[in-house]
Amino acid sequence: MEENFKIKKNGYEAIVIGGSWGGMEAVIKIVKDLPVFFPLPIVVVVHRQKNVESNLCSVITKNTRLYTKEVTDKEEIRPGTIYLVPANYHVLVEKDRTFSLDVSENVLFSRPSIDIVFESASLVFRNKLIGILLTGANSDGSQGLKAISEMGGLTIVQDPMEAISKTMPLSAIERVKIDHILKLEEIQSLLMSTL
Amino acid sequence: MSALLELDDDEYLDLLLFIKGMYGFDFTLYSIASFQRRIRRYMANMKMSAVEELKRYLEIDQFHFNNFLLEITVNVTEMFRDPGFFKELRAKVIPQLDTYPHVRVWDAGCSTGEEVYSLAILFKEEGILKKTRIYATDINQKVINEAAEGIYPLSVMKDYSKNYINAGGHTSLSDYYFARYNNAIMNEQLKANVIYSTHNLVSDASFNEFNLIVCRNVLIYFQRDLQEKVIGMFLDSLPVFGYLVLGNKESLSTSRYRKNFEVIDSKEKIYRRIS
Ligand SMILES: C[S@@+](CC[C@H](N)C(=O)[O-])C[C@H]1O[C@@H](n2cnc3c(N)ncnc32)[C@H](O)[C@@H]1O
Repeated sequence: MEENFKIKKNGYEAIVIGGSWGGMEAVIKIVKDLPVFFPLPIVVVVHRQKNVESNLCSVITKNTRLYTKEVTDKEEIRPGTIYLVPANYHVLVEKDRTFSLDVSENVLFSRPSIDIVFESASLVFRNKLIGILLTGANSDGSQGLKAISEMGGLTIVQDPMEAISKTMPLSAIERVKIDHILKLEEIQSLLMSTL
Repeated sequence: MSALLELDDDEYLDLLLFIKGMYGFDFTLYSIASFQRRIRRYMANMKMSAVEELKRYLEIDQFHFNNFLLEITVNVTEMFRDPGFFKELRAKVIPQLDTYPHVRVWDAGCSTGEEVYSLAILFKEEGILKKTRIYATDINQKVINEAAEGIYPLSVMKDYSKNYINAGGHTSLSDYYFARYNNAIMNEQLKANVIYSTHNLVSDASFNEFNLIVCRNVLIYFQRDLQEKVIGMFLDSLPVFGYLVLGNKESLSTSRYRKNFEVIDSKEKIYRRIS
């Protein structure tokens, strides 16, 4: 077990989290007890139903001490902040560490696409990125985790046994070299250990 | 799309300068991550493995370049996209426009025209279409041609009808087109007051003064400096009390021109020039 939690201290610069079916609840379990001075930015991308106005931001805000906001175009990525990718938009991370929005075609039937966020973040944060893929009923995110892995970043997948829907974690485990397969609670402890 | 294929910075800049030199389109101030992704996607679809190969292809003639241009710009659009915006436009802006004898509207980055027809329908329902001219422009000749034709697959009209209802539509969207085979053909009366033209926001100047400028989901593809330049151009094309509308997730709040505008609807990104 100890082995699992070995994570290079202070080396990481950003965290990206993706999920679909049941993803929001899972994200909340992860960020719930993170301290207010948590040093990394956390970018969260969860599939939502098209044109359903959601109060995701306020739901997360109620459950975390971290400042939580929806991504806006060309906004600078700051530490200690949870960024939610808005419904109906793709989000890409730019080299100057800002976000760009994009309304291009769905990828794997999804917009936002987890793959797009993960891939673009991996090109910027390289091996300083932690990618976490959670419960979900499709295979979005696998390609993105692969990119993170190839850049030398850290890849984490929610234990499929615990996931509400196993498809997303299983798809990633099949295709990508995953560093840690963990329960939500363990993911949280691991993130704490990056402090 | 392959996750591996990453354009190196020099190669990327070199490609953009090549395009600029050859065809006059300047993409150097487009948002890099999304524009590179479009290029990588295009190369993957065309089974090209090196930027050199893409350059040889673009070199052939304008036709090949146009094909490329169509694929790398994002043309995805809908009728009554973000219905709440059209609702607020109806309630807050059109009554003001109606006080003028003539109304000029600029839809910049109109893509294949769905947004233009949405505006025309709204103006018609509010009884001001006849005295309005809508100038609809895009960088891309091909989408402009499609927009002018106004033929859309019937299959998407169902979603658009929902949007139309949510935008406060007075009747039924099907009153504005007729169905033939699998297509919806937009009514001629919606086209009468629309003038289509290519226009490049990067390099072309403004061409008139407008009471309303609509530019949604275009500036997100530009870097900050270019966004500011374009907003400056819009400002110069608006009289005091002229309206500017941006996309739902865009904002003037960090623009150096923000003081020139008042916020009419913060959620739907409707602004009005005040100075
Ligand atoms: C995503 S579409 C937006 C369509 C519509 N306004 C909407 O919101 O649904 C973006 C459009 O901007 C156009 N565009 C991109 N660069 C441009 C430029 N430099 N000048 C004018 N139009 C441009 C593209 O060709 C594309 O049709």
